[in-house]
Amino acid sequence: MPTHILMPALSPTMEEGTLTKWLVNEGDTISAGDVIAEIETDKATMEVEAVDEGTLAKILVPGGSENVAVNAPIAILVEEGEEAGDLDALAAPSAPAAEPAPSNEGPQSQPHIAVSDPDLPEGTAMVQVTLRDALRDAMAEEMRRDDKVFLMGEEVAQYQGAYKVSRGLLEEFGPKRVIDTPITEYGFAGLGVGAAFGGLRPIVEFMTFNFAMQAIDHIINSAAKTRYMSGGQMSCPIVFRGPNAAASRVGAQHSQDYAPWYGHVPGLIVIAPYGAADAKGLLKAAIRDPNPVVFLEHELIYGETFDVPDVDDWVLPIGKARIARKGSDVTIVTYSRMVGYALAAAESLAAEGIDAEVVDLRTIRPLDMETVINSVKKTNRLVTAEESWGCMGVGAEIAAAVTIGAFDYLDAPPARVHQVEAPLAYAENLEKLALPGPGDIVRAAKGVCYAE
Amino acid sequence: MLAYYQQMLLIRRFEEKAGQLYGMGLIAGFCHLYIGQEAVVTGMKAAIKDGDQMITGYRDHGHMLALGMDAAGVMAELTGRSGGYSRGKGGSMHMFSVEKNFYGGHGIVGAQVPLGAGLAFADKYNENGNVCLTFFGDGAANQGQVYESFNMAKLWDLPIVFVIENNQYAMGTSIERSSSETHLHRRGASFGIPGIEVDGMDVLAVRDAGLKAVKHARSGKGPMILEMKTYRYRGHSMSDPAKYRTRDEVNEMRQHHDPIDHAKARLEGEGWANEAALKGIDKAVRMIVNDAADFAQTSPLPADSELLSDILALEEI
Repeated sequence: MPTHILMPALSPTMEEGTLTKWLVNEGDTISAGDVIAEIETDKATMEVEAVDEGTLAKILVPGGSENVAVNAPIAILVEEGEEAGDLDALAAPSAPAAEPAPSNEGPQSQPHIAVSDPDLPEGTAMVQVTLRDALRDAMAEEMRRDDKVFLMGEEVAQYQGAYKVSRGLLEEFGPKRVIDTPITEYGFAGLGVGAAFGGLRPIVEFMTFNFAMQAIDHIINSAAKTRYMSGGQMSCPIVFRGPNAAASRVGAQHSQDYAPWYGHVPGLIVIAPYGAADAKGLLKAAIRDPNPVVFLEHELIYGETFDVPDVDDWVLPIGKARIARKGSDVTIVTYSRMVGYALAAAESLAAEGIDAEVVDLRTIRPLDMETVINSVKKTNRLVTAEESWGCMGVGAEIAAAVTIGAFDYLDAPPARVHQVEAPLAYAENLEKLALPGPGDIVRAAKGVCYAE
Repeated sequence: MLAYYQQMLLIRRFEEKAGQLYGMGLIAGFCHLYIGQEAVVTGMKAAIKDGDQMITGYRDHGHMLALGMDAAGVMAELTGRSGGYSRGKGGSMHMFSVEKNFYGGHGIVGAQVPLGAGLAFADKYNENGNVCLTFFGDGAANQGQVYESFNMAKLWDLPIVFVIENNQYAMGTSIERSSSETHLHRRGASFGIPGIEVDGMDVLAVRDAGLKAVKHARSGKGPMILEMKTYRYRGHSMSDPAKYRTRDEVNEMRQHHDPIDHAKARLEGEGWANEAALKGIDKAVRMIVNDAADFAQTSPLPADSELLSDILALEEI
């Protein structure tokens, strides 16, 4: 049966092109792969190869023709031994089915995991645990529970962790499950993702999230996107954890808060806890979660001691904020180490007659906007506080969501507290000037309360 | 040999059809064809057993067909339809089949190398006796993460075979212009990883080298590198005019080194198959490919609700 040779699209954007010249003549026999013509696309001159074999019966569009639409018939091919026959009867090929008109409905938000913290029975005993040990306990408990869980990273095994978070784990679980890696973040982050594809549950420790910049391609392109790209077939249950944000006088390259970076990415869960109880309960949840989790810790509070419930299996819900202090005059929304600063600021504010409510986000993605908005509806005032830069930051997202979701309840424009928009300086005085502290939160809170 | 011939022919015809559908505007975006390199994946498939995994970059259609993934499902993913392996959400470069042990389909040059090392790490951890074949090109061979992976793979003696498909051009840059050491099988030397150069246009040579490397990896001796000297006939992607090499160079490879012609001549020369049998194979392959193309055009677009599914697993923990 005679078939049309069609004007091919040879680039993702090409709609029409110039058929520069034919390299074969009518009557020539051609086989698949032969170059039959040259076409100028919007990008380059391309050679057109024959797809089928046969005899070129008729050229419909002569060489030198401009503005030939993609999919227009340019020649007629007949099979071996076939007569050109009544070529005019050859019907034009039907155009590919038109795409339906794009719908303008915005994407609905992802369902939040909205369950409350487990109710603790009256009189539950508390134990005093450092943040460092709470994180270690969480990993140890989950490794006992599931033998697919393993820890890998720089200095996690024999050295017991650069910040001693993995102390004792090598001794208990052995070198198969507590693995010292070379200093190759890109490689071992990718290897961890591959191991998760292969059915394991890796915990990948970064000595700091500043070094995870080497590995961010795998965190985002390989871990976060693969479930979607595979139509739900592939699963990547992995935890990337380690200290995040500023330490103390370590300079610009070791001092960044990455919460807004990872918080931007669909397919990731991002957790940034403050106290030891939250850190333990959320790390256990992160290890069990079927999704890739970025778990941001803070070096400067590793040694601080907090109450942790003395219960067998302390697991907290991901995606749920916590009211760290109840108040009625202003809502301060924050996370990680800044929760401590916000609580200190709230005490100062109380002395001046301002009753602040402190919301500890705990999870950065998905954000628990329900808790934040309910608080603002009560206080009518919003301050956000974060260690990262303000531009495109967590506070920017919270302020936008509150403005959209509770505009009529706001008695003042939201205020944002964040790091000065500069790489973090090494000099003691400049570092102090750049990083936000309790005083900045107090000033911002008084500002939105119009109090002098 | 007849089965290898059929497999290679299926890949060739599938890719030609994909190029045709691209030309009709039915396939969009990037589309990297495997034409010319068919012997590599066909020979390597012949060297593994059920359970062994494959992972590769974005020139991935041949690997999926070799692993027995359904041609219609692959083609429908190329056209972005609901019948595709990723239900239209992945496209040419991002397809997976856990059932067939195909782990993608990755769009970032070299990213599959540590991912493959991770799959091999899981094989060793789980003591399942499987081996992971990790394919990458001569271009990816200059990525830093490849050497991070070589180091860890040998350090921990992971059951992995690194298959370098050296088609001699990293997009438009020839290997001589991009690489200080152009003998890529030597690239593992400083890690203690043995490497072999293989004629990647000869399916039997590929299979034999593959058997050796897979046996080495499975026995606990760690990784091996196979450098497959091969050639792609088409441009890097559909929109590459391939002006960086001469038409004569391409024709020389096509006429004198084609893996399918080579297999066919061997089949006929040895008297393993007659013309009628080969014609029958040709016909059967065309039918599979035409059916795949029909399915890829008639399978509906993914439902709007697919937009927000498969982002996170929502099961309770």
